[in-house]
Amino acid sequence: MTGPGESGAAVNGTGAGKQAGVSRRRLFGLTGAGVAVAGLGAAAGAPATDAPRVRPTAADPAAPVPFRGEHQAGIVTPAQDRTHFVAFDVTTRDRAELRDLLREWTAAAERMTRGEEAEPDGAVGGGAAAPPADTGEALGLPASALTLTIGFGPSLFDDRFGLAGQRPPALIDLPRFPKDNLDPNRTGGDLCVQACANDPQVAVHAIRNLARVGFGRVAVRWSQLGFGRTSSTSTAQATPRNLFGFKDGTNNLKAEDPAGLAEHVWVAESDGPPWMVGGSYLVARRIRMRVETWDRAPLAEQEAIVGRRKGSGAPLGQQDEFDPVDPHVRGAGGVPVIAEDAHVRLASAEALEGARILRRGYNFADGSDGLGHLDAGLFFLCFNRDTRTRFVPMQRALSSKDPMMEYLEHNGSGHFAVPPGVRDGQYWGQGLFG
Amino acid sequence: MSRPTLSAALAAAAAFSLTACGGGDAGTDPAAGGPIAVEAKDESCGVARSEAAAGQITFEVSNKGSRVTEFYLYAEGDRIMGEVENIAPGLTRRLIVEVADGGKYQTSCRPGMTGDGIRADFTVTGGATRQVDTDARLAEATEGYQTYVANQADAFDAKTKEFVAAVKAGEVDEAKALYPVARTYWERIEPVAESFGDLDPRTDAREADLEPGQEWTGWHRLEKELWVTGLSADAPAVADTLATDVAEIVTRSKAVELTPLDLANGAKGLLDEVATGKITGEEDIFSHTDLWDFQANVEGSQAAIAALRPVVVERDPALVKTLEERFAAVTDLLAAQRRGDGFKLYTDLSPEQVKAFATAVDALSEPISKVAEVVAQK
Repeated sequence: MTGPGESGAAVNGTGAGKQAGVSRRRLFGLTGAGVAVAGLGAAAGAPATDAPRVRPTAADPAAPVPFRGEHQAGIVTPAQDRTHFVAFDVTTRDRAELRDLLREWTAAAERMTRGEEAEPDGAVGGGAAAPPADTGEALGLPASALTLTIGFGPSLFDDRFGLAGQRPPALIDLPRFPKDNLDPNRTGGDLCVQACANDPQVAVHAIRNLARVGFGRVAVRWSQLGFGRTSSTSTAQATPRNLFGFKDGTNNLKAEDPAGLAEHVWVAESDGPPWMVGGSYLVARRIRMRVETWDRAPLAEQEAIVGRRKGSGAPLGQQDEFDPVDPHVRGAGGVPVIAEDAHVRLASAEALEGARILRRGYNFADGSDGLGHLDAGLFFLCFNRDTRTRFVPMQRALSSKDPMMEYLEHNGSGHFAVPPGVRDGQYWGQGLFG
Repeated sequence: MSRPTLSAALAAAAAFSLTACGGGDAGTDPAAGGPIAVEAKDESCGVARSEAAAGQITFEVSNKGSRVTEFYLYAEGDRIMGEVENIAPGLTRRLIVEVADGGKYQTSCRPGMTGDGIRADFTVTGGATRQVDTDARLAEATEGYQTYVANQADAFDAKTKEFVAAVKAGEVDEAKALYPVARTYWERIEPVAESFGDLDPRTDAREADLEPGQEWTGWHRLEKELWVTGLSADAPAVADTLATDVAEIVTRSKAVELTPLDLANGAKGLLDEVATGKITGEEDIFSHTDLWDFQANVEGSQAAIAALRPVVVERDPALVKTLEERFAAVTDLLAAQRRGDGFKLYTDLSPEQVKAFATAVDALSEPISKVAEVVAQK
């Protein structure tokens, strides 16, 4: 990280003066905490709470992303390259303990998103006889656009913490979709934290330290690493490719479309409950791709299944990636150029009565399955205003009609209420626990 | 259960090839003179040019009228070359058509999307050499394979009736013996047989694949009753429905028109079935008779490749040699698991044996996926 001046400039998107490669932690060690904290104050103070959370991480992959704001970071923040996502079970039965944990987590998370240690000077600054308060693997690494986003699962709203009355109606138990093969060890969770960063070590460091802070109060239920973002969430980003080799998320909602976000992503006052206004609902799905059989499918079949060209990403029957998908074009004999069951058609807003979601998924490759095949696929993450009217109808249509399902297996799943952003002086989920 | 069905995938592929023949990703072909603007009004259809060179022709259709409209390009005899529907007033939409042959065509705007539309003549000049399948041996291959499908379909019908009779008579042991045998004929021709609308889900849905509200019928429901829960009061009715559905599948399988590419892709599809369903023991999760289905898929794949062999051996002899070696490797592994007239149950296989099957099927699937391209060469 850089000193105060450069830091502020980077956050405002003109990071030309940025000294690449000098981390805040290194500076921290050299000049002491006072200077660094002042710099952070400038950076974090700049975005007023109502400012849209769009930060040019594409231009400066090392810069920090503000932790506080109207909405949580990590939703419309330009998608970083890596994720480490974790779901926790709450093991304490004491509501006050859980609330204390959320306070401690908030402080640690805010520090880490600035590129600092989980505890001030925690890695090596403590006593020689004590285990270090920060695990240390991110020392010397910049903030790397780390965002930490918290969510609350349906199971949190049982009788343990007196929250049953505050469960949002939209936070449903997801229905079973045809062909689901969910592994209980990759499904559910009382809480989740999505860490995204441009350096995988920074994301893992953040989750590891939050898990450590939580021992005795929460336990890791499952976690998932992702590389290679599969969606762009800003028009400044090129559309990346998934492991089927196709551009993914071309039609995604983008940060530059506030009206679309207001309609499809952010919970409005009229939706309620009050503690969720400005928040969103996160759906996570671990989608294994049968890449070996996919790779044997002819190009024409792959493109017919997706409904797009593999090279340019253009919808079939069109010329450029961002040409609108036109489901009404027919070829010889009146056969639709984009098949009735093509992925783009089934997932299109037109087919779903206007429903859209903000996708923020990542590729994964978790070794192999013991049968000589890669355990690889798409860790699907999406944010939507009401899962009942957006994700669920979309997934119903896809799971029952999409020929791509023959190459997919959904084996992990989670649904979380993501509260609004943390304002100054607040902690994660204060609206729910306060 | 189903893969992307052969006919669906190929129908889509055919539609796609309309624009694909131009080669590579879409883009305006300068030789065609750029996009042709069409001004569609309620009473007129202004096509900026009435002539284009053969190849990829792009129309940009603007609806300047007050009614929703659509635009067509017809060949002689009102054969649709391409169309774009549902163009709302004020919108501009694109239609890219691949026209291989020079000759007389017609454009048509249809305000209100009814009637014959406002027609005009359209001339295509020049013409690409038409790719006509003159290879008699490919025609023979298709014909030979269709005979194979017909024979398997007849046997499928007959064995299914025997199975159904056993279920209805409450002869559980006999029904269990017939179950994997009858399915063998289905599994051999699955890419063809599963392509008929909802007949596949009606007859071959696995419990895990059901949609909410979908009634579970067919083979796997009876499998569960025979092996796990005992025959229910509904079993005779389920069995009768199965017999009716299978008879329908048989009739349609015998009538289906196949192309050489269908054969090649079907051979690949059968091995994909093995890789995703049988090797994991998911197909017959109650009876564990997955190896019967496995063997049948491999035999069906082999039959399709055998039909194409005379053509493939001439164009790519090394590929044929590889295929034959790797078919033999899979067949040998299966033979080692034979018990009497049938096979060891899936649950009796060791993890090492399952891994060996998976590896051999992968080794075979990769070269099989190359057959389609060889067959498509002209």
